[in-house]
This record gives sequence, C-alpha cells and structure tokens, in this order.
Amino acid sequence: MISRRDIAAVLSFSIVAMFFIFGALIIHPFGTPDETGMDDNIITNAQTETGANNAVTSVVFDYRGFDTLGEATILFTAVAAVIMVFRRLKK
Amino acid sequence: MSGMSKIVKTISGIAFPFITIYGLYVIAHGHLTPGGGFQGGAIVASGCAMVLVSYGSIWIMDRVKEKNLSILESLGAICFILLAILGLGFGTVFFNNFLVGTNSLFGVVPAAGSGLADINTGGVIPLMNFAVGLKVIAGLFGIVLVMAYASRTKEEKK
Amino acid sequence: MIFNIPFIAVAALILIGLYAVIFKRNLIKMVIGITLIESGVNLFLITLGYREGSIAPIYTSSPGGIMALPVPQALTLTSIVIGVAVLALMLSLVIHIYRHYGTLDVRKMGGPEE
Repeated sequence: MISRRDIAAVLSFSIVAMFFIFGALIIHPFGTPDETGMDDNIITNAQTETGANNAVTSVVFDYRGFDTLGEATILFTAVAAVIMVFRRLKK
Repeated sequence: MSGMSKIVKTISGIAFPFITIYGLYVIAHGHLTPGGGFQGGAIVASGCAMVLVSYGSIWIMDRVKEKNLSILESLGAICFILLAILGLGFGTVFFNNFLVGTNSLFGVVPAAGSGLADINTGGVIPLMNFAVGLKVIAGLFGIVLVMAYASRTKEEKK
Repeated sequence: MIFNIPFIAVAALILIGLYAVIFKRNLIKMVIGITLIESGVNLFLITLGYREGSIAPIYTSSPGGIMALPVPQALTLTSIVIGVAVLALMLSLVIHIYRHYGTLDVRKMGGPEE
C-alpha cells in the first residue's frame, strides 16, 4: 500500500522542483552578468602585476592562492582516508 | 584484478610515454595556455590508470607500493606550502609573488596587452604548478591502485 | 524566456539527481545521483560568468574583444576537485558495506537500533 513516507517524499520533491523551475525562469537573461567591477580590474591589471598571460591561472594561484591551499588539503585528506579504509591490521 | 592479453599490454606500454609527455606539457605551460597543475595531473593519472587496468593490480602493487606514492604526495604538498611561506619571508604577505620583476628565475614581466608567449614569465606560478601537479598525480594514482587491489577475487588471493 | 536555456538545463540536472537520491533503493544509483547534483552546480557556476560575444580570458596575438569573467572559472576548478574527492570516499565506503552485509539494497540493512 502507499505508506505515509512515500506521500511525504513525493510532496517535498514537488515543492523543491517548483522552487527550482521558478528560479530558472526569473533569473537575469543569459549573457548579462550583474556586477563586473572586480573582474574588469583583474583583466586589465593581471599581466603587469603577476606576469602571466593566463588570467584564470593568475586568479587561482596569485589573487586567490589561499583557496588553492584549502583544496590541496582536501585532496590529501581524501587520499589518506581511502588508504585507511582498506588497511588490514597485521596480526 | 588480473591482467589482460599480450596485445593489450604491448599497446598500452607504447602509448603510455606519449600520454605522460602531453600531460607534463600541459602542467609546464600553465601560465600561457589553458591548463595548469590540476588539469595536467588528471591527464597523467588517467594514463597511469590505463597501465594499471591492462597489467593487473597485483603485478603493479608488487612493484609500486602505496607508501612510495604517499611519500611523493606529501613532498608535493610540502613544496607548495614552502613557496607560500617564502613569500612571507621575502615580501610582506603570505602567498606573495616574490619572483616578479627581479632578474632571477622566472622574473620577466610582459608588456601590457602583448600576446607574445614567453615561458620565462610568471613569477612563482610555474613552480606552484609543478608542486600541485605532482600532488595530483600521486594522489589520484594512489586512490585507483588501492581500490583495485582491495577488490581482487578469491582465486587470486592465493 | 527561451534565452535562459542553460539555467533550465541546470535545474533539470539537479532535479534528476535529487530524484535518483530519494526514490531509488540501490546504493550505486544513489552515488550516481549525488554526482549528477554536483555536475549541475558546476554548470551553474560557469554560466554565471559569460558576457555576450566574449572570448576566453587569455592574452594571445589574435585580435580580441571583450573577455569573459575569470573568477567563476577559478571557483569551478576547486569545486570539481572537491567532487572527485567525495566520490572516491563514497565508493570506498560502498565496497566496505557490501563486504559486511552481502547486499546493496538499502531496505535490508539495519539501522542504529540493532
């Protein structure tokens, strides 16, 4: 029979779906971002301040290097956890 | 898992150096073309996974132990943090780019708006690309090797 | 409304992934659903940073125009690596659960009450 849990699942899924579709229709048109002040500053000054021709790499490693440090920590933690799950303790 | 036939082993052994050279090219030119440490590391790790699937995980685990891969990954992480702390020592802030504008290793600054790609530019960015690339290669290959070795069947465990 | 097709694709990806997490009983199908949600979020980050008729933000010797925004692309790089790490950990835990219970059906596994 149809249990109460199935009705609750269908109801909550349809409410979340309505929110997502409503948000996708009402957002600004594709191709016109709202605020571009910081990115225009980075595009005009990236070549003389960092010395690299690639604006995305200079953002990842120079202007926002602290986020890359956090990401390297996440990679290290994931590898350590996976090796630890499959370790057999020598008897 | 066990290895595959002789033809598959030969062809994957021929294709592996080309994949590695391409991946190292993408890592080294990260400040001039699209790419960088993470993307090139993923390319080389895919080539290593292809060799692992064709030769069998027991054969590879006998020759490459996972603690060597763990040492290589830690080496890459230590080099990355060392470059960040050297920015604190030579300059003013953490992650300072202390090699731009000087006459040392990677210190040429290109003229504003020019498109000539010189590999001698970039400051501390190419060194960071090498450190992160080494970390990603060792980490992803270590994950795939441990998971393939742990799921071998009962006939191969003897 | 028809110019918002990338945003509608983002909503479709996230909803299909959410459906797979809620209504399916196999553990591997739930893991695939989580990966679909993560792909939808990465696509949303990239489509926020596009300007009409722009080129990639790299200085070359070809005649250029206006450039796309570089900061959302840098944030998407970090998000993809985080997704790979979470997927590796989830799959290794699924292998461990399969060895302990012998089945991949969520309804046949005990909860914290036993």
